[in-house]
Amino acid sequence: MNKKRYTSRLDIKNGTVDMTHGSGGRAMAQLIEELFISNLDNELLRQGNDQAAFDVEKGRMVMSVDGHVISPLFFPGGDIGSLSVHGTVNDVAMSGAKPLYLSAGFILEEGFPLADLKRIVESMAAAANLAGVPVVTGDTKVVEKGKGDGVFITTTGIGVVPEGVNISGDLARPGDKIIVSGSMGDHGVAIMSKRENLTFETTIESDSQALHDLIAEMVQAVPTIHCLRDPTRGGLASTLNEMAQQSNVGMKLREEDIPIKPEVHAACELLGLDPLYVANEGKLIAICSADDADKLLAVMRAHPKGEDASIIGDVIEDEHNFIQMETSFGGSRIVDWLAGEQLPRIC
Amino acid sequence: MKYVDEFRAKATAQKLSRAIAAEAHPDRKYHLMEFCGGHTHAIFRYGVQDLLPDNVKLVHGPGCPVCVLPISRIDMAINMAEQHGVTLCSYGDMLRVPASKRRSLLKAKAEGADIRMVYSTQDALNIAQAEPEKQVVFFAIGFETTTPPTAVAIKQAQTMGLKNFSVFCNHVLTPAAIQNILESPEVRELGTVSLDGFLGPSHVSSIIGSQPYEFFAEEFQRPVVIAGFEPLDVMQSILMLVRQLNEGRHDVENEYTRVVSAEGNVKAKKLVAEIFELRRTFEWRGLGLVPYSALRIKKPFAEYDAELRFPVEEVPAADIKGCECPAILRGVKRPTDCKLFGTVCTPENPMGSCMVSSEGACAAYWTYGRFREQAAS
Repeated sequence: MNKKRYTSRLDIKNGTVDMTHGSGGRAMAQLIEELFISNLDNELLRQGNDQAAFDVEKGRMVMSVDGHVISPLFFPGGDIGSLSVHGTVNDVAMSGAKPLYLSAGFILEEGFPLADLKRIVESMAAAANLAGVPVVTGDTKVVEKGKGDGVFITTTGIGVVPEGVNISGDLARPGDKIIVSGSMGDHGVAIMSKRENLTFETTIESDSQALHDLIAEMVQAVPTIHCLRDPTRGGLASTLNEMAQQSNVGMKLREEDIPIKPEVHAACELLGLDPLYVANEGKLIAICSADDADKLLAVMRAHPKGEDASIIGDVIEDEHNFIQMETSFGGSRIVDWLAGEQLPRIC
Repeated sequence: MKYVDEFRAKATAQKLSRAIAAEAHPDRKYHLMEFCGGHTHAIFRYGVQDLLPDNVKLVHGPGCPVCVLPISRIDMAINMAEQHGVTLCSYGDMLRVPASKRRSLLKAKAEGADIRMVYSTQDALNIAQAEPEKQVVFFAIGFETTTPPTAVAIKQAQTMGLKNFSVFCNHVLTPAAIQNILESPEVRELGTVSLDGFLGPSHVSSIIGSQPYEFFAEEFQRPVVIAGFEPLDVMQSILMLVRQLNEGRHDVENEYTRVVSAEGNVKAKKLVAEIFELRRTFEWRGLGLVPYSALRIKKPFAEYDAELRFPVEEVPAADIKGCECPAILRGVKRPTDCKLFGTVCTPENPMGSCMVSSEGACAAYWTYGRFREQAAS
């Protein structure tokens, strides 16, 4: 391993990605070794195979994949590297599973600065270390300039669900309680504040974080949780609609009980957005029986990632699968699926 | 949130709700038109109608800028981008509005036209500055509220000496539209639409003031209350309208005094008058040709007029068969009267403009209110 294999080290400071980095040749090998393996370092990855082989614990296996194409790549509270770990760890964990391993596929655009790539890989490594879920296999491709947007990262995760746990979006039942783990809309607003032609000053940071440790405690306390899901794209509103449809139920929310930070509220007012439709990357929705709700809420509030958890409504019978909401004004309305992109009002 | 929560407070809403119920005579009906899409949106988003007695009915007006633009003008915008290769900058809502032949700006963009979503006229100016090889056309739409920013952009382009920036002007005027509705046969002769009073525009009035409404309040004997866009503004204004009707008055009153004055924003009006002039007539979706209801760019600023620089034909285009947007925009029909509503026309796949913008009556019904119809049926 100590043998000098390349004539000179990668020029991280000034270098850029070029087509040879995806060619399968020596340049690609060098990129993988000096950038990916050195940062994401673990025994399985170091073996240098095109796959990772490992023993599996007993139980049901869970597998999930998530493509990350975020713009901008770096944003307040995170970047595409950490996000690509959190997103997939969370998708696996929402089944109640313990996430075990990740794979990562990189699509790089020719001309992308190696310094930025290093930052992204370092952040990915830090997120994976903190979560205790290593990236054990990967892939790198390069596309011509103009055919990508810097870097896209696809991660796949696997995990194992403990015995006796059965969590699924189709298990919500009338009478159940709906709980969110914290404030809604932080991630989307943080991203929007840095979008080209939309920059505004805000102290809001993305909530991007891995939630499997919170979920492990929730599942341990209440193994009979019915549904768990992270309200990412489309926000709380769209995610609740998904689950209502899957479970063939309706829901009734109380607007006053949905936690939203004043800064997020203010930014949404300014942009003409509804925070219920704005994306989150470190929050979850839990649905459980009314009898378990207080216990589950207490467990969530005792965890730093769920300290602002709140019961926001009830599952009801409704063949139309409407999500109704009692507004803080005292009226009522539907909380519908997000239509198209969330666009600001113009007048 | 300060300066916002005060206008959405539940306790005050309940007080106003009781006051309106006490004021409204049970033996008569009150049909009040909210002209603006902004009001329509607020009414549905906060569930204002739940707080009104059954005999106070809100009729949704045409004040949604995206909704009233006829298909022919969207076709023209697409043609400018495709035939002249210009970079067309548009507000987001406009991108999804159906044009002729099942097209839209969004589809034209997907097929290769250079169409970009902007949040302000400044964005369009920035693009023109950054990309001098492109001819940048700003697709200007909207009522009196959005006209001053367009005027400022033209002045800025002039100051900066930008030769690659122009405006496709579709600005329209509120008082002309309200008058047109009041003169329509449904309201005047047939009596199929009763309109007892108006919730007047809030943002528009911040520019034009309350004076322009005096004429038709007097002429048509209908009270107008200029109302802010917050739900409590709407409730307070409804109370004021009910009072006027009970007292047999038809005055222009101003509930939105924190922003609107009698004369409006004099500086903005002056700027608009410097750059724009009245069109003799302009087509509105739903209302048809409305005399002196829109603006065009004056001759001295002709070099910023995209219609002159990138001429495209204005071909009259029919709405999609079965689409009731025209009748809905006039208050003659409700969204649920349309056969397409919720069947083939939804916000994901809009057939008519009223289903596109969040200010459109159909979108508001569908997105926030459709459980009421289900409950009633």
